[in-house]
Amino acid sequence: MEKFKEHVEDVTVRFAGDSGDGMQLVGTQFSDSSGFAGNEVNTFPDFPSEIRAPEGTLYGVSAFQVHFGTRNINTTGDFVDVLVAMNAASLKVNLANVRTHGIIIVNTEGFDERSLKLAGYAKNPLEDGSLNNYQLVLIDMGKELKKAFIELDIPSKLIQRTKNIFALGVTYWLFHRPLEPTVSWINKKFKDKEDVILANVHSLQAGWNFAEKNPDFKTQYLIDRSNLPPGKYRSITGNQAVALGLVVAATKARLPLFLGSYPITPATDILHAISGYKRYGVKHLQAEDEIAGITSALGAAFGGSLAVTTTSGPGLSLKSEAIGLAIMTELPLIIVDVMRAGPSTGLPTKTEQSDLMIAMYGRHGEAPMPVLAAASSSDCFDMTMEAARIALKYMTPVMLLTDGYIGQASEPWRIPDVATLPDIAPHFAEDAKTFKPYARNPETLGRMWAIPGLQGMEHRIGGLEKEDGSGIVSHDPINHQKMVEIRQRKVDGIANDIPELEVIGPAEGDILLLSWGSTYGAVRTAVGKLKEKGHIVSYAHLRYLNPFPKNLGDVLHRFERVVIPELNTGQLKNLIQAKYLKPVIGINKVQGKPFKSVELEEKIEVLLSMENIKKWSSKKVDIPVDL
Amino acid sequence: MKTIIDDILEKPHAGETSYTAKDFKPDVDVRWCAGCGAISVLSPAQRLMPELGVPKEKIVYISGIGCSGRFPYYMDTYGFHSIHGRALPIASGLKIARPDLSVWVVTGDGDNMSIGGNHFIHACRRNVDINVMMFNNEVYSLTKGQFSPTSHRGQVTKSSPLGSLDDPFNPVALALGASATFVARGHDKDRAQLQQLLQKAHQHKGFSFIEIYTNCRIFNDGAFDLYTNADTRSDSTVWLEHEQPLVFGKNKDKGIKLDGFNPVVIDLTAEGNSISDVLVHNEKDSTLAFILANMTYSEVLPRPMGIIQNLERSSYEERVVDQITQEVEKKGAGSLESLLQGGSFWEIN
Repeated sequence: MEKFKEHVEDVTVRFAGDSGDGMQLVGTQFSDSSGFAGNEVNTFPDFPSEIRAPEGTLYGVSAFQVHFGTRNINTTGDFVDVLVAMNAASLKVNLANVRTHGIIIVNTEGFDERSLKLAGYAKNPLEDGSLNNYQLVLIDMGKELKKAFIELDIPSKLIQRTKNIFALGVTYWLFHRPLEPTVSWINKKFKDKEDVILANVHSLQAGWNFAEKNPDFKTQYLIDRSNLPPGKYRSITGNQAVALGLVVAATKARLPLFLGSYPITPATDILHAISGYKRYGVKHLQAEDEIAGITSALGAAFGGSLAVTTTSGPGLSLKSEAIGLAIMTELPLIIVDVMRAGPSTGLPTKTEQSDLMIAMYGRHGEAPMPVLAAASSSDCFDMTMEAARIALKYMTPVMLLTDGYIGQASEPWRIPDVATLPDIAPHFAEDAKTFKPYARNPETLGRMWAIPGLQGMEHRIGGLEKEDGSGIVSHDPINHQKMVEIRQRKVDGIANDIPELEVIGPAEGDILLLSWGSTYGAVRTAVGKLKEKGHIVSYAHLRYLNPFPKNLGDVLHRFERVVIPELNTGQLKNLIQAKYLKPVIGINKVQGKPFKSVELEEKIEVLLSMENIKKWSSKKVDIPVDL
Repeated sequence: MKTIIDDILEKPHAGETSYTAKDFKPDVDVRWCAGCGAISVLSPAQRLMPELGVPKEKIVYISGIGCSGRFPYYMDTYGFHSIHGRALPIASGLKIARPDLSVWVVTGDGDNMSIGGNHFIHACRRNVDINVMMFNNEVYSLTKGQFSPTSHRGQVTKSSPLGSLDDPFNPVALALGASATFVARGHDKDRAQLQQLLQKAHQHKGFSFIEIYTNCRIFNDGAFDLYTNADTRSDSTVWLEHEQPLVFGKNKDKGIKLDGFNPVVIDLTAEGNSISDVLVHNEKDSTLAFILANMTYSEVLPRPMGIIQNLERSSYEERVVDQITQEVEKKGAGSLESLLQGGSFWEIN
C-alpha cells in the first residue's frame, strides 16, 4: 500500500515493558541506530529499583526513552510521540506522558485478563475507547512472529524471545532507521550462536516488514541528518564518560589510576567500567564500605596514584571525614558524586541536585575544596579531566558532581583525538636537600607531592594541623589561622585558572537564566524556544561552583533579575544570594525527575508577563521569590 | 604505559642501605607518658628496621587515632597519621597501588576493634601484604579512660563506674575468624621477643596481625602484669614455637595436652606424663590456631604468646598485578583510541 512520507524535526520514542522484556536493549539499539543515521540523540533509561520485580506489575515496568532529531536535542524529550507498550502495566505507567494524538504501539499479548488485573485496569483500555485520542496500533507480536518464521527451522521458544527485536524493527520502519548497526551488533553479541543470530536478525526484518505492510501505519517519518561537526561519534552515558575521562586523565598525567569504591546506585556503573579496564593498568578496590572506598584512594594518592572514589549521596555523607583528611594532608583526590534524590535513602534511582551544599560545606572545620559540575553526559568526560587537572595542580581533593540523570542518560559524543588533549603535569618534589613537606608553589599554593620511594624526603603527614613549610605538628594559634587562610586562598585562587562565565544572549538586560549541572539541556532548549517566540532572555551555565568564575559577580549585577532553575529547593540560589547580595528567583523541582524544558519555558513566560505589566502599566506587581 | 612512578622507582638508591636504629629516630620528642607500653614497642621497631634490608624511603608507617596514632611521628620513615579507625584501608590502598613498599600499620584496641572493626575483618580476609601492630591496653586512653572493645566485663572505667557490661573481643580469635594468614601476640615487657615477632610479620607475605599487650600506666595500670612480668609470665603464658611442644612454667615442667579438642595442663613431673604427651605447635594448622586462640580468656590455661598461625596465601596486591598481567597477555595492552571508541561508533563526514 501507498504510505505517506513526512519530514519531522525531532521525535521522542519510549520503549516500555516488563523488566524481562528487553526494553533497555532495544532502546540502546534505537539510539545507536539514530546516531548512525547522523541525528542528534539524547536517551534515558528508566528502570525499577526492584531487581526482578514480579512480572506484569506496575512497579516492574522498565522503559527507555530516546529523543532524536535534526537539531537542538538537549534533553530526553518533554513528551512521548511514540510509545511502545509490551504489556498493560507499561501502558498504564507511561500513558500520562504521551502526546495527544501520539502513536501507541501495543503488543496485545500483554493485555490478557491477568495482565490487566495486575496493571489495575478494570476494563481493557484497548477496547473501551479510553485511547481514542491516540493513534493506536495493535499487534499480536507472538502470532506475527510465528507467521514470519514459518519457513525457518528455529525453536519457537527462541523466536518468542525476540519480541523486543520485532518491536524495534517496527519502529525502525516508522522512522526509516538503518538496520545495519543492530544487525552487526547481533552478530557480535551472539557470535558462534547461529540460531540466535538468525532468529534476531529475521525478527528485526519481520518487524520492519510488518509495519510496511500494515495499513495502521500510514506514514513513515523522516528525520534529516543533523549538521554535526565531522568526526567519529559514539553514544555515551555520563558514568561511562567519567570512567573514560579518568583513564585519559591518568594517561595524560603519566600516573597510575586507582579507584576505591563501594557499590551505590546510580554511581556503580563507573566502578563496573573501571573494573574492566585492567588492560590499561588500572587498579581498583571494591572496598568494604564507603569510608574504605575513599580512604583506600587516599592511601593510593599518598603513593602517587591519580586516585578516585565514586559515590552517591549516602556514600558522600559517610566520606565527609576522609575528605577533610584529604584537605588537611593536601593530597590530590577526585570524588565523583552521582547525585540522587535524598535525604537518607531517598529515591535511589531518581535524580536530584541536592548535594551542592554538602559538596561545598559538608565537613567539620574550615574545609574548602573545589567543586565542579558536569552539564551533560558527554561533558562528564571534560569535567573529569578538569577535576584531575585541578586536583594534581593544586594538590587538593576535588568534588565532581554529576547526577542520576546524566549519569545514565546517553548522547552522541564526538570521540576526541587523545593526542590533541592537553597533558596534565603533577608536581613532584625534586630536591631532597631543600625539601619541606608543606613548602608551596608560590603561584598555586599547592605543596609538592613527595611520595614514598623518593630518597631523603621521608616525612609524616596527617590530620593534625601542621606548621606551614616544615609540616611539623603545630598547635600554635597564629599558625592555625595562617594555615586555614592558606587552604582557603589556594582554592579561591583557582578562579584565575578556569574559564570566565560565558553569557549567551545580551550581556546585560532584564533576565539572566543561570543554571548548573544537568539542567543545562532543558534550560538551553527552553531559552531557544523563548527566543523563537521573540523573548529576550540571556543565559549562562556554571560548571565551576567552587570557586565560581571570577566574573560571576559582574555578570549577575548586569541583569535586573536572575533566575536559577535547579532540582533542589534553592541551594545555588542561596549561595549566590549570600555571596553576591543579588536577589535570585528560584525555579525548584524535587520530584526525582529532570526539568521538562516546557516547564521552564512556561515559568519564564509568566515572569516575563509580570515584568511587562510592571513596566507598562501602573498596576502593582510583586515579583515572587520563587516561580 | 610507563608512569612517573616507574621513573621514580627506577632510580637506584644512592649510597648504602646499612642503617642503625638511630637512623630511624626523628628529631622530635616522644610525647607518650613516662612508662607507657608504647615506648617499649617503639624501640624494638626502630631496632628492627635496619635489619630489614629495605631502603628507608620504601618504608611507610600508617596510624589512626589514639595513643598509638602518634607512632609514625617517632619513626623516621614515610608516615601517615590518619583518622580514627581508617589506617587499614589507607594502608591497603597504598600497598595495592605500590607493592614495592613495606607498609606498617600501628593501631590500638579502640581504633582497630571498635571504630575500625569493619576494616579490620576485611583487611584480614583480603590479605594485602601489610603488617599490623595493635597496641592493646584494654582501655581508651587518649580520651582519658573509657572501656574499650577489649576491656573485660565488670571493668571499672570513667564511662563504666559500676563496671562494664560488655564482653570483650578476643583479637586473635577475631583475626583467625576473619581468615587472617599471620596472627601473633606479644607484649611490651620482652623487647627481644617482640622484635622477633615483628621480623616474622615482615617476612610473612600477606596480612600480618600482631596483638601487643601494652600497659597504660595512667588508665589501666597493671592490666597485663600477670602475663608480662618476668616473675609471673612463665607460669601464666605459654610461648608458641613452630614444631615445638607447648611446655611452660618456671622449670619448664608443665605442658599442654589435647583432650579431644580441649587443651588441658599436665604436670610433666607427675608419673605417667611425658613430653611425648604434649601438644606440638604447628603454625600452619588453622584448626589448632583456633584452639590456641580460645585459650585466651581461660582462667586455668596459660595465655598463648607468639605466632599462633602463619599460613601462606597469595597476597591481594599480587593478585591485582597478576590479573592485569594476564589481561594484557591475553588481549594486549589497551590503546586509548580503542577504549574511547567503545563497542560501536559511527563517522560523520
